[in-house]
Amino acid sequence: MTISVLAVDDSRTMRDMIRLALNGAGMETHLAEDGQHGLEVLDGLMPDAIITDINMPRLDGFGFIDAVRGLDRLQSTPILVLTTESADELKAKARRAGATGWIVKPFDPEKLVRALRMVTG
Amino acid sequence: MSDPMQEIRASFFIECEELLEALQDGLNALSEGDADSETINVVFRAVHSIKGGAGAFGLDQLVGFAHKFENALDAVRGGTLSVDDELMQLFFKCGDILSDVVRASRDDETLDEGITAPVIAELIAVVGDTGDEEEEEELDFTPTALSLDLGGIEDLAGADDGMADLADLPDLGDLPNPGTDPTDDTPPVSAKGDEPATDDGLRVFKIGFSPEPELYLGGNEPLFLFRLLEDLGDVESQIEVNATLPALDELQPNAALLNWTILLRTNADQSAVAEIFEFVEGICQLDIGLHDPSEAEEDLAGAPKDPPAPLPVEPPPEPTPLPETAENPPSLPPAPAPNPAPEPTAEAASGADAAKSNASKTPSKSATVRVDLERIDRLVNLVGELVINQAMLAQSVTEAGLPSNSPVSSGLDEFQHLTRNIQESVMMIRAQPVKSLFQRMGRIVREASTAVGKDARLVTEGEATEIDKTVIERLSDPLTHMIRNAVDHGLESAEDRAAAGKPERGIVRLTAAHRSGRVVIEVSDDGGGINRPKVQALAEERGLIPAGQSLSDQEIDNLLFMAGFSTADQVSNLSGRGVGMDVVKSSISALGGRISTTSTPGRGTSFSISLPLTLAVLDGMVVRIEQETMVVPLSAIAETLTLNETDIRALGPRTRVVLVREEFVPLLDLGAELGYRTPRASYAGCVALLIVQEDGSRAALIVDRIDDQRQVVIKGLQDSYGHVPGVAAATILGDGKIALILDPADLISNASGYSTPDPALQQKAG
Repeated sequence: MTISVLAVDDSRTMRDMIRLALNGAGMETHLAEDGQHGLEVLDGLMPDAIITDINMPRLDGFGFIDAVRGLDRLQSTPILVLTTESADELKAKARRAGATGWIVKPFDPEKLVRALRMVTG
Repeated sequence: MSDPMQEIRASFFIECEELLEALQDGLNALSEGDADSETINVVFRAVHSIKGGAGAFGLDQLVGFAHKFENALDAVRGGTLSVDDELMQLFFKCGDILSDVVRASRDDETLDEGITAPVIAELIAVVGDTGDEEEEEELDFTPTALSLDLGGIEDLAGADDGMADLADLPDLGDLPNPGTDPTDDTPPVSAKGDEPATDDGLRVFKIGFSPEPELYLGGNEPLFLFRLLEDLGDVESQIEVNATLPALDELQPNAALLNWTILLRTNADQSAVAEIFEFVEGICQLDIGLHDPSEAEEDLAGAPKDPPAPLPVEPPPEPTPLPETAENPPSLPPAPAPNPAPEPTAEAASGADAAKSNASKTPSKSATVRVDLERIDRLVNLVGELVINQAMLAQSVTEAGLPSNSPVSSGLDEFQHLTRNIQESVMMIRAQPVKSLFQRMGRIVREASTAVGKDARLVTEGEATEIDKTVIERLSDPLTHMIRNAVDHGLESAEDRAAAGKPERGIVRLTAAHRSGRVVIEVSDDGGGINRPKVQALAEERGLIPAGQSLSDQEIDNLLFMAGFSTADQVSNLSGRGVGMDVVKSSISALGGRISTTSTPGRGTSFSISLPLTLAVLDGMVVRIEQETMVVPLSAIAETLTLNETDIRALGPRTRVVLVREEFVPLLDLGAELGYRTPRASYAGCVALLIVQEDGSRAALIVDRIDDQRQVVIKGLQDSYGHVPGVAAATILGDGKIALILDPADLISNASGYSTPDPALQQKAG
C-alpha cells in the first residue's frame, strides 16, 4: 500500500527535496507551506505520516503538532519534526508537543525515507 | 529530463532571492522602528531557510555565514541582544554579504574570506561564540550514546523456556563461546567496544525494551521498530507483561503494559541497532548490549523474580502473536487510542479550533505558479497576433459595408473589447513590482556612502508599482549609476550639511508611480542642488558649448546629459566609471523612456524617468507619407498642427522653421528625410506633428495625412536588420500591411533639415 505523507515546510526548496525523496521511494506526497496551511490540507486528508518544519510563519511546527494531536482521527498519526538544530532540548520540546521523531536538516533522503518507514511500519 | 536535484538547486537560488528580499524588508522595518514582534521572526526565518537549503546542497560557506548571522538574529529574537543603530548597520552589512555569498554559491564560487571574515568577527563580537561549537558538533547525526552496559543482560533473568528454545535454534546455537575463541581471548564483558562475532561474522545483540506510556502517545509503534530490526537480521523476541492485564473493557489503550526482550542476530553494528530506537530514546527503558550466550545460560538457570507470561518465540517470517497485537488494535497498547487522554486533547483541540477559525479569517496566500519566461513571451506574441488579426477583421467588416448595428459589427465590438482585456492581462503577467530593483539600490547607497565617507540613507516609495520585467532588468544599470551620482555628487559633505543647517544624514529618495499610462521613477536627493555656474563653466571648458552663452536653468541642467560630462572636480572611484548621464539617458531612451531633471539650489536635485508600461505595445499615431503608412509613438507627440504659410519662415537657403506659440521650431519634412520625395516648394496647409524631446527641444515633422490613432504591437527589427536609422520597430496594421514605427528623436538628430527643394535633386527627380 502506498504510504501517504503530508510535509509542511515554509521553504520551497525543502518541500521540493522532500517530495523528490518521498516520490522516489514510491510514497504519495502532500505539501503545505506552514502550519496553518497544513491544517487546511489535513481537512480532507488522512496521511500515514506527517513531516513538519518548526520555524514557520502563521502557525509554527509546535502549534501545528499540538493542533493535529487535538484531532481524534490524527491522534496517533506519526509526526516527524524537521529541524536544523539537533539540540536535545529541541527534541524534548518536539516530543512534548506530541512528535513521534525528528529529522535533522540537511537530511539524507534515504534517512528520511527510513525514518518514515520506521514510524509507519 | 534534467537532474531533479539540479532543478531544485536552481529553484533554491530563486527562493534565496525572495528570502533576501524578505530579509531586506524586515531589516528596513527594524531600522525604521516600525517593526512588530513578528518582524524579527521573519528576518530570522529568512536566514534560517537559506541556511537549511544551503546545507542540503553542501554549500558550506553559505551555511557557515548564515549560521553566524542567524545566531545574532536569534539573540535579538530571544531578547538577549537589543537593536541599536550600530547593530542595524551590522545586520545590513550581513544582509549584503549574505546575498553575495548566495550569488557566489550559485555560481559555484567561494566569496573571498577577506570579505566574510571581518563581518563574522563582528558578529561574534556582538553575540559571543558560545554554544556555537557545540551546535556544529551536533550537526552530526550520530545518535547520542546508548547504554552499552552488558550488565543489562541480567534482565534476562526473566528468560524462561522461550529463551531456552531460542538457544536451541540452530543459528543461535552456533554461537561460539567468546572466551574460548582462539582469535579473541578478551572477554567481551570487559571490552565493551569490541564486539564479538560468530563464525559467520554475525553478532548477537540483546535488547531490553520497555516502553513508557509517553511512547504510545507520541505515535510510536513498537511493532514497527521490530520490523526494522528484522531488516537487520534474525529476531527472537519475548514479551513480558509487567502488570496484570486488565479486562478488555478496562484496558487503557496507552498504558504501557508490555516489555520485550529481543535477541537480534545481525552483521550490523551497534549504532545501526541504536538508530532504530532513536525516536523512542528517553521514553522507554532501553538496553542494547551484546549477547553473551554463556552468561545468558547462567541467567536462564537463575530464578526469575516475576515470571513473565511465556510467549512463543517469533520466527520472523511467520505470523506470530506479536504481529497479531497490531492487527487487533484495541487489544494491546500500540494501537491508536479510541479514548484520547483527556488533558492534551482538550488543550490541543482548542488549539486546533483556534487555528481553524483563524484559517477562515485569514485569506490564504495567493497561489503562485512559476512559468518559464519563454512561454509567457510566446503568449505575448500570440496575443499580439490576435490584436492584429482582430484589427484586420474589423477593417474587412467596415470595407464590406456592413451597418454598424449589424450583429457582425456588434459582435466584433465585443471581440475587440475582449482582445484588449486579454492583452492587458497577458501584459500583467510580465509585469513585476519594482521592489526587487529598489532593494538592490539600498545596498548601492550603503556602499556608495561608505566609499565617499558620507552618511546617507535610501528612502523608497511605490515599491509595489509594476512594470515590465525586461524594463526592470534594463533599469538596473542606469539606476545604479544615478543613485551613486546622487550620493557622490548630489549630497554635500557632512560639514557642509551641518553648515547649511541640514541633518547630517543625507537622504536619497527613490520613488515609483503610475502616471497616465506610464511609470515614473524618480531619484532625488536632499543635497545642494545642481551648481549651475559650475556646470556651465565646465561645459564651456570642455568645448561642449560656446563660451558666454546665456542659458536657461533647464538648458544648463540638460548639459549633464551630454557625453563626457563630469562635475566632480576629482573623479572619485565611485561614479567616475566612464559612464556618464549621457549613457544613462540613452539606456532610458532605448526602453522608450524619457529622463529629465529639476534642481533647487540648496534643496536638492531630482531626476525623473518616465517609462512605458510594456515594451510589447505602444500607442501610436498612424500617418501617411507618400504611399507609405508609418506609426509615430504617441508619447513623443505634443500636438498636431496644420501649417499656415504665414507661420513658416526660411532659415538660410534650405531650411525652414515654423512659428508655434511665439517660438520658432525647426520644420522637417519626413517624406524628404526618409527619401521618399524631394522637399516641397510649399508646406502651407500641411499637417505637422509637434515633437517634444526630453531636453525640451522641439521639432515639427511634416506628414501627408493622419490616418488613425491606435495601439500597435511592436515587432522588433533588431534581430533581422540591426539598427535602422530613424526606425524603432515595425508593426502589422489591420489591413495586414507592415508599417514602420518611427523613432522621432533619432530622426531629428540625424535630420538633414532640408525642407527647401534642392534644385539639383529636383532636376534628378524630374
